[in-house]
Amino acid sequence: MYNLTIAELAKGLRAGEFSSVELTQTFLKRIHQHSALNAYVTVTDELALQQAKAADAKLASGDASLLTGIPIAQKDIFCTLGVKTSCGSKMLDNFIAPYNATVVDKLNQAGAVMLGKVNMDEFAMGSSNETSFYGPTKNPWNTNTVPGGSSGGSATAVAARLAVCATGTDTGGSIRQPAALCGITGLKPTYGRVSRYGMIAYASSLDQGGPMTRNAEDAAILLQAMAGFDEKDSTSVDQPVPDYLADLNKPLTGLKIGLPKEFFTADLNSDMAATLEAAINHYRQLGAEVKEVSMPTLKMAIPAYYVIAPAECSANLSRFDGVRFGYRCDNPADLSDLYTRSRGEAFGKEVKRRILMGTYALSAGYYDAYYIKAQKVRRLISDDFKNALSEVDVIMGPVTPTPAFGIGEKLANPIEMYLSDIYTIAINLAGLPAMSIPAGFINGLPVGLQIIGNYFDEARLLNVAHQYQQVTNWHQQKPKGFE
Amino acid sequence: MTTQWETVIGLEIHTQLATQSKIFSGASTAYGAEPNTQACAVDLGLPGVLPVLNEQAVRMAVTFGLAIDAHIAPHSVFARKNYFYPDLPKGYQISQMDLPIVGNGHLDIEVDGETKRIGITRAHLEEDAGKSLHESYHGMTGIDLNRAGTPLLEIVSEPDMRSAKEAVAYMRKLHELVRYLEICDGNMQEGSFRCDANVSVRPKGQAEFGTRAEIKNINSFKFVEKAINHEIERQIEVIENGGKVVQETRLYDANKDETRSMRSKEEANDYRYFPDPDLLPVVISDEFKAQVKATLPELPHAKKQRFIEQYGQDDESATTLTSSRELADFYEAVVKNSGVDAKLASNWMTGDVLGALNKAGLEISQSPVSAERLAGLLKRIADNTISGRTAKQVFDKLWNGTATADEIIEQEGLKQITDTGAIEAIVDKVIAANPGPVEQYRSGKDKALMALVGQIMKETQGKANPGEVNKMLIEKLKG
Repeated sequence: MYNLTIAELAKGLRAGEFSSVELTQTFLKRIHQHSALNAYVTVTDELALQQAKAADAKLASGDASLLTGIPIAQKDIFCTLGVKTSCGSKMLDNFIAPYNATVVDKLNQAGAVMLGKVNMDEFAMGSSNETSFYGPTKNPWNTNTVPGGSSGGSATAVAARLAVCATGTDTGGSIRQPAALCGITGLKPTYGRVSRYGMIAYASSLDQGGPMTRNAEDAAILLQAMAGFDEKDSTSVDQPVPDYLADLNKPLTGLKIGLPKEFFTADLNSDMAATLEAAINHYRQLGAEVKEVSMPTLKMAIPAYYVIAPAECSANLSRFDGVRFGYRCDNPADLSDLYTRSRGEAFGKEVKRRILMGTYALSAGYYDAYYIKAQKVRRLISDDFKNALSEVDVIMGPVTPTPAFGIGEKLANPIEMYLSDIYTIAINLAGLPAMSIPAGFINGLPVGLQIIGNYFDEARLLNVAHQYQQVTNWHQQKPKGFE
Repeated sequence: MTTQWETVIGLEIHTQLATQSKIFSGASTAYGAEPNTQACAVDLGLPGVLPVLNEQAVRMAVTFGLAIDAHIAPHSVFARKNYFYPDLPKGYQISQMDLPIVGNGHLDIEVDGETKRIGITRAHLEEDAGKSLHESYHGMTGIDLNRAGTPLLEIVSEPDMRSAKEAVAYMRKLHELVRYLEICDGNMQEGSFRCDANVSVRPKGQAEFGTRAEIKNINSFKFVEKAINHEIERQIEVIENGGKVVQETRLYDANKDETRSMRSKEEANDYRYFPDPDLLPVVISDEFKAQVKATLPELPHAKKQRFIEQYGQDDESATTLTSSRELADFYEAVVKNSGVDAKLASNWMTGDVLGALNKAGLEISQSPVSAERLAGLLKRIADNTISGRTAKQVFDKLWNGTATADEIIEQEGLKQITDTGAIEAIVDKVIAANPGPVEQYRSGKDKALMALVGQIMKETQGKANPGEVNKMLIEKLKG
């Protein structure tokens, strides 16, 4: 039962083959059984069973959506009413959110069953899930390796069958990179497609929530429920949400695929290059045309990102001051002591590093050289994508430079860690939608193929991904021990 | 030889916009609620919340901009001003920096009968912070976030003022304007209208400005004048004693009537402004501007000119009657309702009505005598039913009761004696009884007439028309 997709489970629930309560119990049992993976920060057993019961009633009454009764995991960055929302930080270890994020509200309305809150890099800052206050989540394909980050808990939960699907958020690759490293399907929507209200901000102009699922069809179903304009988020876009399932089966004949030459250089690992080449060949066979495109500014994406994202985070994280909620140090001597010790004791190293970088970049005398310059670079990168996407329908490339790396391997070297997002970061700067789908294995570890589309062209991405999944079975592989 | 000093003053005025809800949340802006009962998740800066701009605040800012003839930015941007303070929930204030909504404009003030144009550099929208409460917490600090997120329009003037008097005139004019526009209630006790003053001095004739000090948070017209004058004296003294004025922020202490240093320029915060990524740029279309323009009320200056032309008022009474929109509206309602001479109405308004209000410490909107009831009184003066003197008596009764002027006149029998036969009899009686004054008047002492009129008025209990009495008396004495 736990190996089925949303679409399959929805059929089973309607056919009365099993109830949502049974399904939920199965997953809760697996979560506790595999707690060593450290995927969940909080398991909401009781709430889940309540929601499952309500879902069963809805299913019986015929008033159900495809997600009704489906057990999902929420990344611990989304505020959930009455449930601890830690954001992977000691700072919010005691924070019970007094309200629901819009995404959580929407999924509740759709009748989804929340199993719990899943682990993540602290405040979504990290690419390995190792910066979490709750310790690293393990990759089910090899528990000595990382699941990627920051949505590592989500990826592990879906890959290890500890949830049917999960929410994630992506600021520089945080959905796509863990999806690739864990062999699942992840979609970062267009900036503004999914409401950020109640999603704890890391870098507001880059953050975007999205689905993490077993396959493209499930991603379409989950995105359908998550997407839409929200009057509580001024940066969400007031544009109708199309039926993401409608175009899944469109043939790909004549699809134009662009391969940026900057992605396929000698630097790209040869195994990775071979895997991608095989995937592209599948697309040729499906009738797609492939051509090279060039985006010369791509190489500036990482430096620009590591100015803009820390700058925004340095302000976003100022509210964690020990005054109104979250961690407060013992016996503060005075106001300054309250601030410095509360923040000093509760933020981890990577968070502090980014707050410092961002504060520096925004400081008087440096602002123009860093922040303004980075914004200019951001515009150039967007222009490069716009030009490329005027010639082709989608752009393809790697998601990560390598498959999953070992726990502890890159933690001491932040620059090397930052380079894990070299293929994903530019897409956030441009605000475009992109997917990661399973495309093969290297040494028994999954690797992903990245598909990048035009603004609000999620339906096409899902179609392109789904057609590939009709002729390949990479997405159906299960990690040993979790089948 | 002593140097002649010239003062240079610029003001930054924070006006609280009179919106129903906060600038970035739906919480109420009403003043005086229990601490933290009007602070929602957004105002508390909870993790994950986002600001949504209140359109009403934008409309009010544009209204102000149009009223001061300013440039309205078609594209303005909110920025984050970063600093830590316990009553600043997010650790940054959402404000505007590089691209404010209102650009260059001006306001004309009058000082000693002369008109002077004060430039307004900019006006920008921002959110207010909460309040730290230091009393009654046993050495701890309480925080009230009811005020957090209240919309403010910060209006920054050019350094165009040259005396504390001019600064006060500007502040008053601005105060009058924002109330005219109904974008701010102007309540200074509640902090709806607050002022920071940038003050410097320089030797007369010198082109460059001296080093300025900023005096923070002065909350009354009286204190602005005192604080600035005090600061001018302090700066001159520093320089004349061979010292240098340092750029700093100073706080005015009304109890001691002095300013003292809060922080120097070196200690000043680096606010690290950058555009707020949670908010889109504010785009003001020409249509929106035109729409707001169409709703602009008649502005004080135009109203004053109209009062002079339409009602034949002198400069002084026109100024007084247009000093607030409510007062002007009240006056016009009286004229319209009574149909009497506009001059009679303005004499009553600037004299008896404002006098009584001042004495009682009331605003025109709180006047116990409505425009309609006052009009009823003026009608009876105009048609000679009562004399001006009796009218004052009736006004007292109007003030202290609910009856109309007609009811009071009827009940108290105050109607003027219009029967000339009856008046003539009394006049004859008084002439006969006062041979002395009669003789004096006839021998050329005009003053003696007054004593006779007084006697007649006494006999008629003030109900005779004094003009009528005068006329009749003179005829009889000469005849």
